Amino acid sequence: MTDPHNTPEPNTPDLVQEDQKITKDDPRVVSRRWMLMGFGALLNGVVGLAVAVPVVRYLLGPVKRKGAYNSWISLGSLEQFPAGETRLATYENPFNRPWDGETAKTACWVRHTGANKFQVFAINCAHLGCPVRWFPQSSLFMCPCHGGAYYADGSRASGPPERGLFEYAYKVVNSELHIDAGQMPTLSNPASPGQQAGNNNLPVINNSPKGCGSCTG
Amino acid sequence: MHWLKDTYNWLERRIQLEGPVKDAILHPVPKNTASWWYVFGSAAFTLLLLQVVTGILLAIVYVPSGAEAWSSLQILNHQLPLGWFLRAMHGWGSNFMVAVVLIHMAQVFFFGAYKFPRELTWILGVFMLLMTLGMAFTGQVLRFDQDSYWGLGIGASIASRVPLIGAPLVHIMLGGPIIAGATLTRFFALHVFVIPGMLLAFTGLHVWMVLKLGVNEWPMPGRPVNRKTYIKEYHDLAHNDGIPFVPGAFWKDLVFSGAILAAVAVCAAVFGPYGPTGQPDPTIIQTVPKPDFFFLWLYSVLSYLPANLETPFLLIAPVLGIAVLLALPFYAGEGEKSWHRRPVAVMVLALVAVSWGTLTHLATFTPWSPVMNAWSGATVPAKFVHNLSPTERQGAVVFQSKQCRNCHALGGEGGQRGPALDTVATRLTEDQLIRQVVQGGGNMPAYGTSLSPPEVTALVRFLTTLHPVGQPGATDASRADAETNSPPVKAQAH
Repeated sequence: MTDPHNTPEPNTPDLVQEDQKITKDDPRVVSRRWMLMGFGALLNGVVGLAVAVPVVRYLLGPVKRKGAYNSWISLGSLEQFPAGETRLATYENPFNRPWDGETAKTACWVRHTGANKFQVFAINCAHLGCPVRWFPQSSLFMCPCHGGAYYADGSRASGPPERGLFEYAYKVVNSELHIDAGQMPTLSNPASPGQQAGNNNLPVINNSPKGCGSCTG
Repeated sequence: MHWLKDTYNWLERRIQLEGPVKDAILHPVPKNTASWWYVFGSAAFTLLLLQVVTGILLAIVYVPSGAEAWSSLQILNHQLPLGWFLRAMHGWGSNFMVAVVLIHMAQVFFFGAYKFPRELTWILGVFMLLMTLGMAFTGQVLRFDQDSYWGLGIGASIASRVPLIGAPLVHIMLGGPIIAGATLTRFFALHVFVIPGMLLAFTGLHVWMVLKLGVNEWPMPGRPVNRKTYIKEYHDLAHNDGIPFVPGAFWKDLVFSGAILAAVAVCAAVFGPYGPTGQPDPTIIQTVPKPDFFFLWLYSVLSYLPANLETPFLLIAPVLGIAVLLALPFYAGEGEKSWHRRPVAVMVLALVAVSWGTLTHLATFTPWSPVMNAWSGATVPAKFVHNLSPTERQGAVVFQSKQCRNCHALGGEGGQRGPALDTVATRLTEDQLIRQVVQGGGNMPAYGTSLSPPEVTALVRFLTTLHPVGQPGATDASRADAETNSPPVKAQAH
């Protein structure tokens, strides 16, 4: 390929090939080098493992014990939820980051059954988590994704969901409705993991800037 | 031009790639592989490069922050010169890439190219398909609009169905307890670093093996693959009836890749970028989330599965499907390559293609979903209320106001979750209609508690008028019989 007229510099040697030609060493020296290399590999393995363990812990960071994400949140004054009606309420999720923006908000359906008795349903369909809508005329929650439907009390009416709507534990504190919330409810993560009395000593967080979302309309 | 050659020589003396590159491009391939059927792999590679380049260009502007991702896309779409075009190129590039990768895979399967000695090339390809789909899903997440938000919700709900570790799995996937900024950043890392890195490495190895093992020869019936003789047969074929890979076969790859790039650009220019749809505010529930094109089939499957099959299907079917694909070259590594001698393979391919097409088509009009605004948006056609009694007309009002229309079409308008009711009176008698409305059943909610008795009466009266002119409504034969043949005592009781 190289034309002698156009080559002012000598051919660059292929050093790798040159190397392979000259490695004719004493077998004992070779075996010692292999042993040292094995030691190097072992060292890297040990260090790698030591470095990998913190990485695993870092990656598992979001995993917390059951209920650790939950706290009592105020949905605002009881007056927003007239007896016999089901209204949309929104709150800021208690566990959030400064860069969450509007995704920190969460919505839920509050059904006031009368005499300070409530049912607070997660917005997420029990099938695959899409937001269910309340239709007061037919007293049904309908899901826009795969056609799940629920009755007014949250029980399954039809469609693919295998259970009723997820329900938050609630309590009434100083004429305000509080719910035990904090994580997206799914089949293995209940809306309120500890509905038992033990959870009542959780701190009350009041971060419900807008309160009832459907009251304006 | 002396200096050009001098520069080349100077470089080559240091890089020394000329030899290997020449070996690679001039290696002989069987003449019949220079076919338009063999262009999809290289086209997928070209699209991958397009995605890398357009992806980097988008990353210059995109902000992977829960609070700002959506608005940074708006700025790309509306404020930066040609930002919309780059988004469109990346979005359409992904559609084309998924499509071309699937076609490439179907072609390789159809031509028996996964057989000995190309088993590992196929296996790498299966992983590359999964990564391509992974890129498609994570890319949809980065759009961080309503579809993306609720798509993540669906992903989390699927993850939660995994036995034992479902709960922590959801939190690892979301990066916290809810879909939020932490979710976006981890999907950003997956989409921009992890999956592309692996995909590029796998692609390098995949192409390397294609070069080393040779392009699969055109399958001929009656020329089965035999592990003992294949290598020699292929060698003879490539050397006796072969041509150099470049330019003999490569020119078609080049032309097709150019055409594909042009097609992406035309689609991008004509149809524009994908979304973003509404902002990812979970309190805006007036939304109908839908996945991107390549996951529509899954959306259909999830709607049609019975509740008790859903979790097993979601968790077992993908594992089984991938296992079958990975095992394919081992249980069918020898034998006929030609589709003329592989009827089962042809039928499987046809079945998969037809199922995929049907499910995707269904998902474009989602007959399983209630049409949320049909009750207030679609009017009852005049012909259905013509000449009706006041009670029957009141029933039509109940029909609309109780959202029956969201699931039941009248005159071709309304939901398709339940049957169209244009001729329901020919199928159900009045008694059966009452029972169906009050008790529900067959996937219909019971309306006994949300309808008053007069409302039920009016509604059912209206429904009994829904039969074609000249075709009477359904009646209970035993009732008519009872009226004509009833004993006198009973008749007096009426």
